[in-house]
Amino acid sequence: MERNRLQQEVACMRRSLFDQGYLEEQFIQLEELQDDANPNFVQEIVALFYTDSARLIQNIEQTLNSKPIDFSKLDDYMHQFKGSSSSIGAKKVTDECTVFREYCSAENAEGCIRTFQQVKQEYTILRRKLEVYFQMVRQAAVAHSA
Amino acid sequence: MVLGKGASSSLSMNKVDGAEEMVDNSNNFTVLVADDDPLIQKLHEMHLKKFGLKVQVVENGKKAVDLCHFGATFNLILIDKEMPVMDGAEATKELQAMGVNSLIVGVTSRDSPYEKQAFMEAGLDYCFEKPLTADKINFLLQELNKNN
Repeated sequence: MERNRLQQEVACMRRSLFDQGYLEEQFIQLEELQDDANPNFVQEIVALFYTDSARLIQNIEQTLNSKPIDFSKLDDYMHQFKGSSSSIGAKKVTDECTVFREYCSAENAEGCIRTFQQVKQEYTILRRKLEVYFQMVRQAAVAHSA
Repeated sequence: MVLGKGASSSLSMNKVDGAEEMVDNSNNFTVLVADDDPLIQKLHEMHLKKFGLKVQVVENGKKAVDLCHFGATFNLILIDKEMPVMDGAEATKELQAMGVNSLIVGVTSRDSPYEKQAFMEAGLDYCFEKPLTADKINFLLQELNKNN
């Protein structure tokens, strides 16, 4: 009973991540690659995303704080961040990255600074939700094997 | 057809002119993935292995060139555009100059047609946007089967 309840909770949370627009199709592609030989593949990929993101967020912050702002470097970093977030299907994060890059092309510092706050916010929200989700996945896996 | 969870088949399906066609992946194709991003390395390696391909990964263009220079051969080279030490465009030019007999495919996160075109002009056979998907791999397998 507990096993079924946990599995239902996992399925429900997963569905909400897609319904609320946090995740998109690419995440499903990751799930389809996961198998018994690589049971933690999705979590490992997401962990690499967190590592990439931490580095890129720091680089972007430093670049935004420099005077004058090097918009080319900024665009390069955000391009990498966008690539990374789209690789795991992080839809809202990717969308905010796109908006940021538009301000970057226009060399609009204020727009970049404002949008970067949105990027960080969406990243933080997604990360929290995924951490809860994967914790539930692990609990359900333990209950399943018990 | 995308290989299902837990499956690792040597065969996959592909639609050609509306009819499904079996693509034989069991002929030991080898792939070199050149990308500096550990996330992309892991993702592409997993994708390719699911299709029964033998994969080697390097983190920059120079290592890709060096491997081929010292005699390693690959059916397919998947090469990122932006890498440290030697980028994808320069590596592609060197590989073409060496006369490597591989399908060389750019995999870039650069979405501007101009940048993709510039990368293609380095000597790529194809250029895809990241990340690789099952459809793109199926397409490449068809090309590899044609060439072999």
